[in-house]
Amino acid sequence: MADSPAPAPIPAPTPTPVVSNPSWDRVQVARHPKRPHAIDYIQRLFTEFHELHGDRRYADDKAIIAGLGWFEEKPVMVIAQEKGRDTKQKLMRNWGMPKPEGYRKAMRLMELAAKFGRPVITLLDTMGAYPGMDAEERGQAEAIAYNLREMSRLSVPVICVVIGEGGSGGALGMAVGNRIYMMENAWYSVISPESCAAIIYRDAARAPEAAAALKITATDMKGLGLIDEIIPEPGEGAHTDPDASAEAVRAVLRSGLAELTAMTPRQLIDDRYDKFRRMGSFFSEGS
Amino acid sequence: MAWFSREKPGVEAVGEGEKRVRTEGLWLKCESCSQIIWKKTLDENSQVCPQCEHHFRIDARARLEMLFDGGQYQEFDAKLTSTDPLKFSDSKTYKERLVSMQKATKMSDALIAGAGKLEDRPVNICAMELKFVGGSMGTVVGEKITRAIERSIAGRVPLIIISASGGARMQEGAISLMQMAKISAALMKLDEAKVPYISLLTDPTTGGVTASFAMLGDLNIAEPGALIGFAGPRVIEQTIRQKLPEGFQRSEFLLEHGFLDAVVKRSELKKYISRSLAFFCY
Repeated sequence: MADSPAPAPIPAPTPTPVVSNPSWDRVQVARHPKRPHAIDYIQRLFTEFHELHGDRRYADDKAIIAGLGWFEEKPVMVIAQEKGRDTKQKLMRNWGMPKPEGYRKAMRLMELAAKFGRPVITLLDTMGAYPGMDAEERGQAEAIAYNLREMSRLSVPVICVVIGEGGSGGALGMAVGNRIYMMENAWYSVISPESCAAIIYRDAARAPEAAAALKITATDMKGLGLIDEIIPEPGEGAHTDPDASAEAVRAVLRSGLAELTAMTPRQLIDDRYDKFRRMGSFFSEGS
Repeated sequence: MAWFSREKPGVEAVGEGEKRVRTEGLWLKCESCSQIIWKKTLDENSQVCPQCEHHFRIDARARLEMLFDGGQYQEFDAKLTSTDPLKFSDSKTYKERLVSMQKATKMSDALIAGAGKLEDRPVNICAMELKFVGGSMGTVVGEKITRAIERSIAGRVPLIIISASGGARMQEGAISLMQMAKISAALMKLDEAKVPYISLLTDPTTGGVTASFAMLGDLNIAEPGALIGFAGPRVIEQTIRQKLPEGFQRSEFLLEHGFLDAVVKRSELKKYISRSLAFFCY
């Protein structure tokens, strides 16, 4: 308004009180634009990698990169969730949110690995399974459910590493392993902090609070007995030194594989079964 | 009480110039076709609208009474309660929420595990209770189902799980998530033991429950019109930024897309399950 008096000086904004929220800080690191993705780890960890495509049912889901890899001379089946780096890649990879065909591709290749006695390594980094119409039509729920049951039957070592975001069933659908590792700044949860906040506080902006309440960090998960080991990250996080991060992952893969390849197929199935059978026994029998 | 005494006024004013007769408890309006139904008719018809066959939601106890012979069954793990591992709290603490839910439903958590007979055949039936924290699955639901599966394997007794759930229980975080894998792994053992498992999906079954045991039956069957999906309709609408078509994620939609063996009316459920088990068991 032209005739209005000069605006009063804008008061300095009251600084928002800085509340330390380590859980939310870690979520930020896990989502850092420069954080190493599955592709970055595959390039550094496997001397050879031949990508395999498709679920032989419907399509090839590019949110999942899978193939034959050689880890320190040993053949392993690598199955990884990839978010994509730039806009074009993100579109192609659907931001790392797999559809049913992705879970079915993953299972097909895990079964192939089991058939020929090769270990399976999965790298998890997804906000969640894709919640879209096409995914529902093709049975997102069935695809994940099937993987949960069939992964528990695999007669080869299965090692799972949450490298970034472990979004609910979207991550779990590829994470029924003998060993489950989490990067120091990764998160793994039943629901994303945003969705949880939208439900309980009716406000997605309160995600930081939800992140703390949900106990989603690697330390929380280790404390609850839901993962085996935390993989330390260099400096301020994996993005500050991708090579060192890959080396840290290499170290746990090496020790995990050494332990597991010494086991018989029966022992591997029992080991995996017992691990999940014990998980989350937080109940009282009542009186 | 005198014959004509009244506890509540029969007529009450609703807004200005509007009068409504209170008939609470005697009559109700069908949620689907708006037909006014006498409550007794609905009770006699297993809570199914006599006009449009809309299946009203029914609770876990009613489910078990409907399927077990004579409504008789033995309950297992009735007192199993969550110890609130995350010390979760939102508008009230999860502990308080559990206590108030336990009072309201007279259940320790969102599932009843029962054993009894269905047309003379021993069966284990687990029924989820939607009224208990949205029928969500946490450590207690996970453990009760897993134990029921173990009983089914040990006694070679067919298993039926009746789902009605919003999914994994947020208030128990990733512990709830892991129950999906725990139950699915136990179902792998049931599968290897070749003991039949029938999954009955009822309105609504979504999230981590659909994405684990509910989709893993030797037979997956559902009541007509039940909402069944992975993501909830609101989440999908937010993702695609448009309204979902009529009938999306309903039983008939899943049947059409190949994820259900059959859509079975409530009145025919017991017979259907019994005949299926006759096929599987010998």
